[in-house]
Amino acid sequence: MTTLTPVLSKSWDAERSWTLASYESAGGYAGLRKALTMAPADVVTTVKDSGLRGRGGAGFPTGMKWSFLPAPDGGPRYLVVNADESEPGTCKDIPAMMASPQHLIEGVIITSYAIGCHHAFIYLRGEVVHVYRRLLEAAREAREAGYLGSNILGSGFDLELTIHAGAGAYICGEETALLDSLEGRRGQPRLKPPFPAVAGLYARPTVVNNVESIASVPAIVQGGASWFTSMGTERSAGHGLFSLSGHVTRPGQYEAPLGITLRELLDMAGGIRAGHQLKFWTPGGSSTPMFTAEHLDVPLDYESVGAAKSMLGTRALQVFDETVSVVRAVTRWLEFYKHESCGKCTPCREGTYWLVQVLKRLEAGRGEPGDIELLLELSGNIFGKAFCALGDGAVSPVVSGIEHFREEFEAGMHTPADVLFPPEKSALFEYTPSPRTGAQLAGAH
Amino acid sequence: MTVEHAPEPPVHRTGYDEATRARLADEAAQIVARYPQARSALLPILHLVQSEDGYVSPRGIAFAAATLGLTTAQVSAVATFYTQFKRHPNGTYTVGVCTNTLCAIMGGDAIWDEVADHLGIGHDETTPDGLVTLERIECNAACDYAPVVMVNWEFFDNQTPTSAVALVDDLRAGRPVKPTRGPDQLATFKEVSHVLAGFPDGHANEGPSGGVPTMRGTVLARENGWAAPELTGAAAPADEPKES
Ligand SMILES: Cc1cc2nc3c(=O)[nH]c(=O)nc-3n(C[C@H](O)[C@H](O)[C@H](O)COP(=O)(O)O)c2cc1C
Ligand code: SF4
Ligand code: FES
Repeated sequence: MTTLTPVLSKSWDAERSWTLASYESAGGYAGLRKALTMAPADVVTTVKDSGLRGRGGAGFPTGMKWSFLPAPDGGPRYLVVNADESEPGTCKDIPAMMASPQHLIEGVIITSYAIGCHHAFIYLRGEVVHVYRRLLEAAREAREAGYLGSNILGSGFDLELTIHAGAGAYICGEETALLDSLEGRRGQPRLKPPFPAVAGLYARPTVVNNVESIASVPAIVQGGASWFTSMGTERSAGHGLFSLSGHVTRPGQYEAPLGITLRELLDMAGGIRAGHQLKFWTPGGSSTPMFTAEHLDVPLDYESVGAAKSMLGTRALQVFDETVSVVRAVTRWLEFYKHESCGKCTPCREGTYWLVQVLKRLEAGRGEPGDIELLLELSGNIFGKAFCALGDGAVSPVVSGIEHFREEFEAGMHTPADVLFPPEKSALFEYTPSPRTGAQLAGAH
Repeated sequence: MTVEHAPEPPVHRTGYDEATRARLADEAAQIVARYPQARSALLPILHLVQSEDGYVSPRGIAFAAATLGLTTAQVSAVATFYTQFKRHPNGTYTVGVCTNTLCAIMGGDAIWDEVADHLGIGHDETTPDGLVTLERIECNAACDYAPVVMVNWEFFDNQTPTSAVALVDDLRAGRPVKPTRGPDQLATFKEVSHVLAGFPDGHANEGPSGGVPTMRGTVLARENGWAAPELTGAAAPADEPKES
């Protein structure tokens, strides 16, 4: 049996866990002290050897990304932490920064030291004010203690840290859109190449990493690469936060080795809510193709989830039971993508609009013959043809939903989703639904 | 070809009285100082404008443009891209009901219906007393607390139609309101906008580390004696430098 391995979350329930005093009393900043005795290149090597892969969704090896920076040319190089967390279902970085912002700050300092950065940024989504307060306070405390500023802990290394609040736009989580936003522009993705490692913030070499990736660095440096690889699988090393939400008895954050299964996590979380069964779930947020009860034993690591035709993504395990209409869920997700499409490229801007039109009539039980083929054709016109990965992600719920639950989309040609699946049965509280437009429509048939 | 107009001097461009303008200019200068390049200050300066005017006002756009040497068109183009920047005066409290898929299904749609009915307003509308602006919001990274309501971007976790209606009633009656995971007392839209411009308000140490869902794995692991391998050096390869 796989058990939990809290590293980042180990002391989240400590008294005032977010303070520097609490963090230090739990052993915090040992990683930085050790890193400062090492050559920067050796820190990069340690992270490379650990096999840490990006925790922001794509799973790119973190140490390798750092080593892609061109040789120093005397000009600035930047670290930008992606704290935009907005992928539907993803809810790990925000609670991590609220409970223990020092983990991230220590990671930022070590990473900056490793890559030769003297001004780092944390780009936080703007819709979480209390997390911003905690980060600002954490940076202030770190500075006062000599962890930030000039000549950090007497090492001669200098680092400024700016914590920047965004203003509400999912696309700013895409790393190049984030950089444009941080430069004070509309957050629209840039053409790659050049990659940020070569021309990132202000066209300078830049590392963009997720909050959890960077927060994982201090323990890797402290414990060494083999400490990290003693958890997880061969190609998906280490620990990760798994966020269970939806129809589970005890939703929440469970930090475990990669390769744990949903079955094991559900056991820990008290199973599906009483009296119900699992119907579908996302392994890593709404942009990752949905799974069903068939996939309960798929090891949640990059390779196994990929082999099962989805993606590990952000380990955002959104769990839905048998009361839920797949058509309703997919329609709502697509409304999100339509709303958040930045409009830069036609396949995504127009395609998400049309997908929503068709999905809405299916949800209302007024679908037309050929609508399923139309959805798949529209998806095919987006997938692989959009400028950034938002487009590809947007079609995941549609294509995987049709693959696993085609009959529900077919039913949408005559019966509204809320007649087949009354929404009040899915809610976590009792309520009396208002008269149902869907039911009236069905009666009219 | 378009004709480019140089920005006019700030004194003609901004509609703020001198004391306000000087205060905003001082804070804007502090914001600019955080970045290697001035234009990066644009988003925080727009938050600053909202902290003064309760929305991105024409005079605020002019102020941001004059501060950063941009045209007002450039500033507007950026401001309209982001949902947190308001185009018309916002209420004292933005009540955002998460109606993204997971929250919607767990009950967010029912909460939305009930609150919208109760207030008699729809998305992006404000009650006549100017106190509450209602919004449908997207996933706010709190799905393990679904269904979620955000007020001025503070967390109100595990809501029901009844609790959400009581919440907006409290806001409108001026009764004290405390977020689930946030400061002891909810701040106004303008106050919160000032924090988002990067100016701490002294409330960081209030509120919990997190709610029960945040701690679940932490507590369960401790109860069962589950842990990650020991960190203290033992597993580190011998060729790594020792701690000094
Ligand atoms: C539409 C879109 C949204 C994204 N949102 C986030 C996000 O909120 N946080 C994040 O870390 N990465 C996000 N990413 C991935 C980033 O582009 C990038 O891969 C990541 O920040 C790299 O960090 P990592 O290697 O540490 O994972 C998003 C990507 C896309 C296409
Ligand atoms: S795929 Fe969508 S979000 Fe990405 S650049 Fe194109 S329009 Fe913008
Ligand atoms: S879906 Fe509502 S917080 Fe994530």
